[in-house]
Amino acid sequence: MPTVYVNDKPVEIGAEKLNCVQVAAKAGVEVPHYCYHPALSVVASCRMCLIEMGELKDGKVTMQPKVFPGCQTPVKDGTVIVTGDYAKRKGETALPYDPAYKPGDRTKKAQADTLEGLLLNHPLDCPVCDKAGECKLQDYSYEFGHGESRLMDAKNRPANKPELSSKITLFTDRCILCTRCVRFTREISGTSELQVVGRGHHEEIDVFPGFPLENKLSGNVVDLCPVGALGSKDFLYTQRVWYLKTTDNVCAGCSTGCSIHTDANKDIVYRLRPRENLENQGHFMCDEGRWGYHYTNAPDRITRPLTRIDGALKPTDWQSLSKLKETFEQAVFVSAKKSVAVLSPFLTVEEAYRLGAAFKSMHREIRLVLGPVPLTGVDDHYPKDVKGNAVAPTKFTIRAEKCPNRTGVESVLKKLQGEVISFADIAKLTLDAIWFAGGYPNPDVVDAAIPDDWAAPKLLIVQDLFHSKLTRAATTVLPATTAFEKDGTFVNHAGYVQSFHRSVKAPLEVRSELQLAFDLAGKKGLATVAAVRKDFAKELPQYASLAEIALNTNGRLTLATV
Amino acid sequence: MAFEPVLLARVAKLNSGKLEGYRADGGYAVFEKVLKDKQPLEVTTQVKDSGLRGRGGAGFPTGLKWTFLPKDHPGPIYLCINADESEPCTYNNRILMEKDPHQVLEGIMLSSYAIRSQCAYYYIRYEYGDAYRSTQAAIDECYAAGLLGKNILGSGFNLDIYMHRGAGAYICGEETGLIESLEGKRAWPRIKPPFPAIEGAFRKPTIVNNVETMACVTQILRRGNDWFKSLGVPPDPKNPRDAGSYGPKLYTIAGHVNEPKCVELPMGITVRDLVEKHGGGVWKGRKAKSVNPGGLSMGFADCNLPLKGEDGKTEYDIPLDFNGPGKIGCLGLGTAAITVIDDQTSMVDVLHNVCQFFSHESCGQCTPCREGTGWMLKITDRLRRGQGRREDLDVLVDVADRIGIMPGTTICGLADGAGWPVKTAIRKFRREFEDAIQSGAKSVHSKSLQLVGAH
Repeated sequence: MPTVYVNDKPVEIGAEKLNCVQVAAKAGVEVPHYCYHPALSVVASCRMCLIEMGELKDGKVTMQPKVFPGCQTPVKDGTVIVTGDYAKRKGETALPYDPAYKPGDRTKKAQADTLEGLLLNHPLDCPVCDKAGECKLQDYSYEFGHGESRLMDAKNRPANKPELSSKITLFTDRCILCTRCVRFTREISGTSELQVVGRGHHEEIDVFPGFPLENKLSGNVVDLCPVGALGSKDFLYTQRVWYLKTTDNVCAGCSTGCSIHTDANKDIVYRLRPRENLENQGHFMCDEGRWGYHYTNAPDRITRPLTRIDGALKPTDWQSLSKLKETFEQAVFVSAKKSVAVLSPFLTVEEAYRLGAAFKSMHREIRLVLGPVPLTGVDDHYPKDVKGNAVAPTKFTIRAEKCPNRTGVESVLKKLQGEVISFADIAKLTLDAIWFAGGYPNPDVVDAAIPDDWAAPKLLIVQDLFHSKLTRAATTVLPATTAFEKDGTFVNHAGYVQSFHRSVKAPLEVRSELQLAFDLAGKKGLATVAAVRKDFAKELPQYASLAEIALNTNGRLTLATV
Repeated sequence: MAFEPVLLARVAKLNSGKLEGYRADGGYAVFEKVLKDKQPLEVTTQVKDSGLRGRGGAGFPTGLKWTFLPKDHPGPIYLCINADESEPCTYNNRILMEKDPHQVLEGIMLSSYAIRSQCAYYYIRYEYGDAYRSTQAAIDECYAAGLLGKNILGSGFNLDIYMHRGAGAYICGEETGLIESLEGKRAWPRIKPPFPAIEGAFRKPTIVNNVETMACVTQILRRGNDWFKSLGVPPDPKNPRDAGSYGPKLYTIAGHVNEPKCVELPMGITVRDLVEKHGGGVWKGRKAKSVNPGGLSMGFADCNLPLKGEDGKTEYDIPLDFNGPGKIGCLGLGTAAITVIDDQTSMVDVLHNVCQFFSHESCGQCTPCREGTGWMLKITDRLRRGQGRREDLDVLVDVADRIGIMPGTTICGLADGAGWPVKTAIRKFRREFEDAIQSGAKSVHSKSLQLVGAH
């Protein structure tokens, strides 16, 4: 088995083609780096990932007399890598180095020198920089850098470029020219807006005049930026990052269901970031998803129950709605064939299952219907060529289906009633009672699904986030929760299952769909996803592994495919 | 016996750039003969055996480089001619291109035949307008005469030569920077390996050779290896890695001399001979304080510093072969462009000028070079303004020492070239720098020299 030695620790690499950074990570050693990113091409220009390298052959170690960029240097059987952290290694017997050789010293100095260089013209304005607290320049300077600068002269002070993009601003002086953003626009989005202009220490990131950074993946350059140079205007100056609580979540923006981090403070969502998941979307997410979370904090959201009194919707409280279940049951009992329960593709698998089961237990003949599925254009594949056509291989896709869980809800519907009835089919009918479990971030989707000559049923209970044609005709309106406010499971377009944990608490008067389903089914106590999963694991074997998940800790995810 | 110039034999002739004149002096006879009688491999072997080392600066054996090409490659294989002669005070390629372009073109044809290339790119720096026009005219003549194009002289060998003008950047002279620029990209040198011989221009095997190297190839094929090896310096028997410094070499003499010029001499002439005999001596009756033995990036020699173990000799007496400058701490022979600095010139000003050049020309890809060259410029500018501190000298040496491909902190050698003059100047003239700092005297030149270039 080919073996590589990282700080004296043997690592078996098998048949994998790895570079030194990856091998070191396997050995549990972090090699600091800026320009290297696994999804982008290697340029080896930041010179932070420097390592010492040699070869173990016939019981002798021969070290090369210089340092190498770890990101660019491949390893093979017998390669010996020494990083700057050599002194921190634990319990490994030292390899037979030349006695004159001091492992790690050269790298340590080279990395400190690189950081001194990077900080030469850096403004050191951490107190007003959004990146402070999650900045690689801060982290590495603290860990590997010099304490003081030897620069006596004035720093270069290039002008900032807020006009770079409508969504992104560039603090030019903070930039360390790692060119990750440039490579992203060339290799992933393919739109090539960004470039390096100027030479030497007057080099800057810029766009061509009149061609700002406007593409549907542009926000990723902010995440890729290891320092505070590229800032999202949406997040700018809103929160210090150390106040943010990060949870692992799933984006509800389209049927890709990107794995994300949700950053929230005091139950307000401030920022979404992509979470690396090579099984799903990869390293990135689209702008629509990234900046599409504002609905959860929107002031016009329905945050308490409303009921129709004298023809107008009036705020009410849950106590006065205690008869709601009975009213609906009554209507179903009178004419089950003219009663419908709509389950939207924004519900989680757990919610859909529990709600569906509750309605079916009222009467076998009540119809469960898949809510309107929002579709916008066609699937949008990246990278693009200069003419805007997608080129193979595809590295990112924004789906036309703008909901996270159609597949999951359909699997539940198939189980509970054997078929999936689309909303369009029942929108034509005259009905007596509808329970609409919505949760649509965009009410236009609901409005578009309602025909102009639609006759509202006598009993219409609508649970949704925003007012629509439906709520305006409703007898009772119930508030809904967003994907950030609940535990659950989404199944993406390809059948990939992701469970997630609540990021923020729902507004005070909002009762979650799952709790409502428990109440409808007459179950006592607080609703938990764990209980639901145990229930449906028997009936929906493809979700069996979900029953094993303990979601009481943040961000714990176990993944399976339907 | 005085040495008869070979490479420059025709430059003084009337209409030296015309095909007719070149033919009259025996031009293209070798090419025609090689096409008829020799296999490509024979040409490669002959060049390899001649001991020809690249004239561009690094002195890598030319024939050996050619053998790095993949065997039986289906093609295309490219030949790039590096005519981006940007090293300060260097103009030996320019004379060849302006006055005797056919000699270079014949070398390109022979080399292309040897490496089985059907396409050669002639990358010429923007500033060389005359050279561009005369070379382009010569190429046109060759096409008209059937020496270029398809099925040359009925041999079945095809060759096209394309001129490509740069846009005024020193880094385009670095071979992979040149290739990137040729491909239409920003001239950021590539990471090696893979070397261009494996994956170069347009991701195909590529050989990058200097203009003077091409002229040497012509002469080697014309006059034979014995002639070539009769000139220059044989390998140092004590140094097994030395490949020797054979052949004639174009030296340019610039700076504070009476007659700045380009001369052709066998390898191994000493700096003193070159300046005193060929350059007409130091100007205004002054003495030489320092010389650059081969372009700015090679560092400085102290003309008054005695050589160890050699009585009466100083660094002024080092031989200009591929090994000579290295013995006194310089980087190498480089482009063999000698810049003489007289004893009335402040080394602080010289160093500031050097730093200005490299800071302006650093491509900015690797952090150590981008920031290091800029920092060194800021420090030397402060020294020049009389606001230096003693610590600055240590910082300068520290920065100069740590940037470059030798310590492994950059992709290409520009940073080595930027650091070398700084550290050699300060190590050899430290007293002068310290005195300047102590006295706080400002430079007599109130403004920095303005950079002159295409932009």
